[in-house]
Amino acid sequence: MRLPIYLDHAATTPCDPRVVEAMLPCFTENFGNPGSRNHGFGWRAEEVVDLAREQVASLLGADRKEIIFTSGSTESNNLAIKGGAYMYARAPQGSAGRGHIISCAIEHKAVLDPCKRLQKEGFDVTLLEPPRDGIVTREMVERELRDDTILVTIMWANNEMGTINEVPEIGALCHDRGIVFHTDATQWVGKMPTDVNRDNVDLLSLSGHKIYGPKGVGALYVRRRKPRIRVQAISEGGGQERGFRSGTLNVPGIVGLGAACEICQREMDAERERLLTLRRRLEEGITSRLDTTQINGDRDRRLPNIANISYGFVEGESLMMALKEIAMSSGSACTSASLEPSYVLKAIGIGDDLAHSSLRMSLGRWTTQQEIDYAIDATVRAVSKLRELSPLYDMHKEGIDITKIEWQAH
Amino acid sequence: MAYGQKIIDHYEKPRNVGNFGASGDVKQRKDIGVGLVGAPECGDVMQLQIKVNQDSGVIEDARFKCFGCGSAIASSSLATEWLKGRTLDDGLAIRNTEIVEELQLPPVKIHCSVLAEDAIKAAIADYKAKNGLAAKASASA
Repeated sequence: MRLPIYLDHAATTPCDPRVVEAMLPCFTENFGNPGSRNHGFGWRAEEVVDLAREQVASLLGADRKEIIFTSGSTESNNLAIKGGAYMYARAPQGSAGRGHIISCAIEHKAVLDPCKRLQKEGFDVTLLEPPRDGIVTREMVERELRDDTILVTIMWANNEMGTINEVPEIGALCHDRGIVFHTDATQWVGKMPTDVNRDNVDLLSLSGHKIYGPKGVGALYVRRRKPRIRVQAISEGGGQERGFRSGTLNVPGIVGLGAACEICQREMDAERERLLTLRRRLEEGITSRLDTTQINGDRDRRLPNIANISYGFVEGESLMMALKEIAMSSGSACTSASLEPSYVLKAIGIGDDLAHSSLRMSLGRWTTQQEIDYAIDATVRAVSKLRELSPLYDMHKEGIDITKIEWQAH
Repeated sequence: MAYGQKIIDHYEKPRNVGNFGASGDVKQRKDIGVGLVGAPECGDVMQLQIKVNQDSGVIEDARFKCFGCGSAIASSSLATEWLKGRTLDDGLAIRNTEIVEELQLPPVKIHCSVLAEDAIKAAIADYKAKNGLAAKASASA
């Protein structure tokens, strides 16, 4: 076993060597621009892009004409949410009451920030607040629907806890009411079976680097039939990707994304079972040996690879410091430079004290049982050591309720 | 975030961890001053206890416990080292900037040193209050 151990696959994954293999010719021999329609270099590049489009579509149960290649989920989310809102706006730019959008407080910033932008531009935004289990349900969305709701955007699975929202049900609700439904499926796709028709999705974002493909490439699925969905382009220029996304195609990235999707599709069922077994071993190993721990998010409706655990009376950053041989995350990677505890855990009602004491371990394709056992031992040792240092753990053992103390917040 | 060598040293081998007994007993003892500062929801709580020679007014021993990041642990560990052997007034003279300098804390961790200074002040104030040396103590446990 080699140290350090990588347990941060929800942040990013290594490229599968088979993906790299598929990409390599696109840097040197097959370097053409798929937009060059009048010579073989362009045609050959277009051929491999077409194959990749087919591979991505196949993973989603979509048609290849419904796949728009982007630079990743952030761009896909921006295109879907802003492009969708502009396209279906009820009133022109500069006026208020342009339409109502429903999203959720535990979305990734790449959804929340576009929503905030739209709010400034005259759209109304409602952010749902899921309960302690972290699950966004059809009922929660239904309660907030208005006559002028134009767009609902709810992530398929949460990046911090792995909790799975009621996407097919929410999609069905939106279709009944003629509302466009987008889902950020960055964490979901490639791990769980997806069928955009069965699951009633209109717009879906995915990213290459979360599924053992390269960074800097992703896709947006845009439904073409029943109903036909349109979005307004955000980046304009050469009219690539049917005008939805101008810019010369990132051929090596796209080919890598396609290969990554094909591998995920082929290996998904076996891999899901393997990850579930390892995750169960990890969670049981830790929680059976340490008191006052808690697994965050619904126990069952979760992706198979994410374990988000709160360790009472221990601060997350010092815990990470003790576990320097294990790469993992407190809060999501985009926010872990700040001192704020996870806004996702706070939103579902986990107190600031426990939110500061939470770590996310996310397993991946090459995680071994040996690595999991190392992680269990190291975590138990580190938490025990830090609890020796913790005045709060002393109080807990003395039976003092730390929530009843008047702390001097600073 | 990369930590400096001194922070890591204090974090891995914290000095003077502990307390001078159960919290109820410590509260009764006049030779001990206790400072408890910070808040769990802010991610830092420091508990600092000083044992004072009541004749000479010199801090003979100091103990800490800390819930917080590596820098907070290092700051409070360093504080106990610096307090031992000082008079109360010398203890009060310790400034957070000295802790920042000694541990080379990065700007985002300066609040850890502030908290350590607060803990020192609170512990000394508690001792003084117990012994009628000053009017009021701030946070104590």
